[in-house]
Amino acid sequence: MSETLRFGSSSGQPTTRRDGIAKVTGAATFAADNHPDGLLYAVYVPATIARGTVTHLDVTAAKAHPGVVEVLTPDNCPPLPGGPDTKPFRFSFSFEALQDNTVRYANQPIALVLGETFEAATEGAKLLNPQYNALQPRLGLDGTTPFPTNGDGFGKPGTTVHGDPDAGHAAALQAVDVTYETPAQYHNAMETHAIVADWDGDHVTLDLPNQAIVMSCAAYAHHLGIPAENVTIRSPYLGGGFGSKVIINGPQMLAIMAARMTGRPVKLMLRRDQMFGPTGHRGATRQRLRIGIGADHRMTVLDHDSRATTSSFETFVESAANASQGLYASGALRSTHQGVRIDSGTPGPMRAPGEATGSAALECAMDEMAFEAGIDPLEFRLKNYAEREPGTDKPYSSKALRQCYAQGAERFGWAGRPLAPRQMKDADGLLVGWGMGTALFAAPMFAAQARAVLRPDGTGLVETAASDMGQGAWTALAQIAADSLGLPLDRIEFRSGSSDLPDAGVAGGSAHTASAGGALHAAGTDAIRHLADIATKDPASPLFGTGNAGVIARAGRLHASDDDSRSESFADIIARAGGAEVEGKGNVSRSPEAAEAHAMYSHGAVFAEVKVDPDLFQMRVTRLVGAFAAGRIINPRLAESQLMGGMIWGTSFALHEEAKFDARSGRIMNADFAGYHIPVNADVQGLEVITVHEDDPYVNALGIKGVGEIGITGTVGAIGNAIWHATGTRVRRFPIRIQDLLAGS
Amino acid sequence: MSYPISLTVNGLRRDVTLEDARVTLLDLLRERLALPGTKKGCDRGQCGACTVLIDGRRINSCLTLAVTLDGAEVITIEGLANGDMLHPVQAAFVEQDGFQCGYCTPGQIMSAVGLIAEGHAGTDPERIREGMSGNLCRCAAYHGITRAVSDATRRMAEDKTKASA
Repeated sequence: MSETLRFGSSSGQPTTRRDGIAKVTGAATFAADNHPDGLLYAVYVPATIARGTVTHLDVTAAKAHPGVVEVLTPDNCPPLPGGPDTKPFRFSFSFEALQDNTVRYANQPIALVLGETFEAATEGAKLLNPQYNALQPRLGLDGTTPFPTNGDGFGKPGTTVHGDPDAGHAAALQAVDVTYETPAQYHNAMETHAIVADWDGDHVTLDLPNQAIVMSCAAYAHHLGIPAENVTIRSPYLGGGFGSKVIINGPQMLAIMAARMTGRPVKLMLRRDQMFGPTGHRGATRQRLRIGIGADHRMTVLDHDSRATTSSFETFVESAANASQGLYASGALRSTHQGVRIDSGTPGPMRAPGEATGSAALECAMDEMAFEAGIDPLEFRLKNYAEREPGTDKPYSSKALRQCYAQGAERFGWAGRPLAPRQMKDADGLLVGWGMGTALFAAPMFAAQARAVLRPDGTGLVETAASDMGQGAWTALAQIAADSLGLPLDRIEFRSGSSDLPDAGVAGGSAHTASAGGALHAAGTDAIRHLADIATKDPASPLFGTGNAGVIARAGRLHASDDDSRSESFADIIARAGGAEVEGKGNVSRSPEAAEAHAMYSHGAVFAEVKVDPDLFQMRVTRLVGAFAAGRIINPRLAESQLMGGMIWGTSFALHEEAKFDARSGRIMNADFAGYHIPVNADVQGLEVITVHEDDPYVNALGIKGVGEIGITGTVGAIGNAIWHATGTRVRRFPIRIQDLLAGS
Repeated sequence: MSYPISLTVNGLRRDVTLEDARVTLLDLLRERLALPGTKKGCDRGQCGACTVLIDGRRINSCLTLAVTLDGAEVITIEGLANGDMLHPVQAAFVEQDGFQCGYCTPGQIMSAVGLIAEGHAGTDPERIREGMSGNLCRCAAYHGITRAVSDATRRMAEDKTKASA
């Protein structure tokens, strides 16, 4: 395998985005930018109750409006061959496609209006004037009796115990027992869920932002009752995904059904307020953390219980308590989960699902324990540093967390921080606080496939159905492919983002570069192997007799590895062999043996400075320094952007985001960007990212971990801890609000 | 009832007969004039993804009814580059990685062009951040956006000095 680890000059370079010019000129085509002839516009009608039934829709009034073409309701909606409650793939959740008149949450689709124009469809949707039989919605973390979960939606168990937690509690000399709450949050990618569905006979083409392109074809096909090859998904660009564009939802399915029913292409774009319902979210959590320590400040127990909301009809829960597995050495470890069924849409994976909520509570609880023990929070973490994975005792595939702590603390200037809160002020009299948190995110890898072709003109073509939702797949994957083929970046063509290409797996779990990149690298290596085979067996080649392993590819030529002067260009080798393209295939996944042998994670340390007005309690994050070790970094420019984006999501979690439910109707009261706050540019200052070098020979052939999600973890806790350090008020619910500090003052 | 209007979009005169008074400039551009570069993010003036220039001023095209624009001059993201030559703001966004998914980017760039023309912010990062805060970016590429606007402001000032020298 050593030959595949050879890397050329593209990887590691801070190349600007290959799709950059398209994106700054408006030429990048997002799903809703497509406009096939004969297009109909669809608007879905959202339920304004959270539980009950629809008793009447004024279809006559809607149909009478000029330009309204059709109205889909449960009365005339065609049946879905593969029912909406069936589960064709691992990311399947029940959805609503007008198969009955039940309402299970606010903003669920209850009708779909088709118009010749967007304006007509919008007006028609208003005219339906739905009437309901409404029942009292069940909401919040105490909305129903909690149930023990068997799993978290990703197949992890609901309960994990290592050692004897009760003995750990008994042995503790000091302890904290604290409960933290986190709210419901909604992904809100800037591009709302959009689709253009266009049928041709029994084949449908979907312009659809999608994080699992090939897999989703099979799932749509199942529901629609057609073969998988009859579904084409085109998803060259996603306007953000964050986990929400991997799940099939009712409104998009209805657009496909409407296009089939009318025989015309249909465009649907969710309104911003409709993004608070059928497209997933992060459920609310209430987490109890009990930590005990001995005389040496080493943890005797880390006991983490999480209650999280889910819908009335699904089982997905935030696996928040699992954030306490894998990070700190402790005599005993316990993670338990419960679910609470409420009348909301089904939660789902949202950037760092489980890790973000769990880390927020864990890192604050660690801070509370350190203060109780009278030691520096960083020192406390170092005393409980895990050299092997706690519980399983597996070695880490790599773990440069010590260096992250050291480099982050150094850059931030952590040394000399007073232990007690409310000790620091700036020149303007603002309270200053410093906090830190550890960042942790697993480094999974999914099955992925790719194809590479060396063309007679010496250029390369590489193909895989990757998804670029902003992380930079168009660029980083091309860099990997170029190196595998021994070609400069500008001499390869990269085809991606369409379901007629090899399956690149899921763009999720921070694993896409490792997975799709691994497949591309394997394909390129395979193509070079075939080319070397041709050259070394050809007496006319200067490489004749060198043997496959004795050849390396560089800058469009094969060289003898022990004699650089013996070389031949790809084009010459192919020409003499008759001019046929040379093809390579890649098919990668992590073997169960490799997964079993090592614990695999990205790590990091985040340090935050906040300033708080002593009278008004307005809060500002003034500095945020993150140091991360995430294996091989393919493109430092893009990796830095990903990590910064994650850290700003952490800021958002700590201080901004919260969906608020109206107790009577069950509707979300702040379902727009005026009420559901996310950071704006003015909220972001003093942001720094350090990437700590890390070689990982086990995680995958390329040594790649992931950078997409880890930035949120650690950051939420760091900010919460800094607010406490500035004010002396410990707020145990997120987001931290001015009134929480006022109440504590 | 129909509403004939005549406006200039990216330097081209467009005579449009609107069949519907409810059409916003954003939907006119995207659905009727084949200019989908301008993006819809919220359709109610809260995110800035639909920012274009009208008579040199940055506005939210989702809040502007097309029928009110008879005689207006509109510039969208498609009209910013000079052939293959990127506008300095566009080039700076690529260089400084001022975007990730790219969906809010047309609005960010048009807003930045408007901000620079307003002349209030200069290269002061704090003023740039404030002046760009009407344009949301969920990927949170704000660090790169601020650097890009600052760099472009500097370069445009230098180009102006050179041109007048």
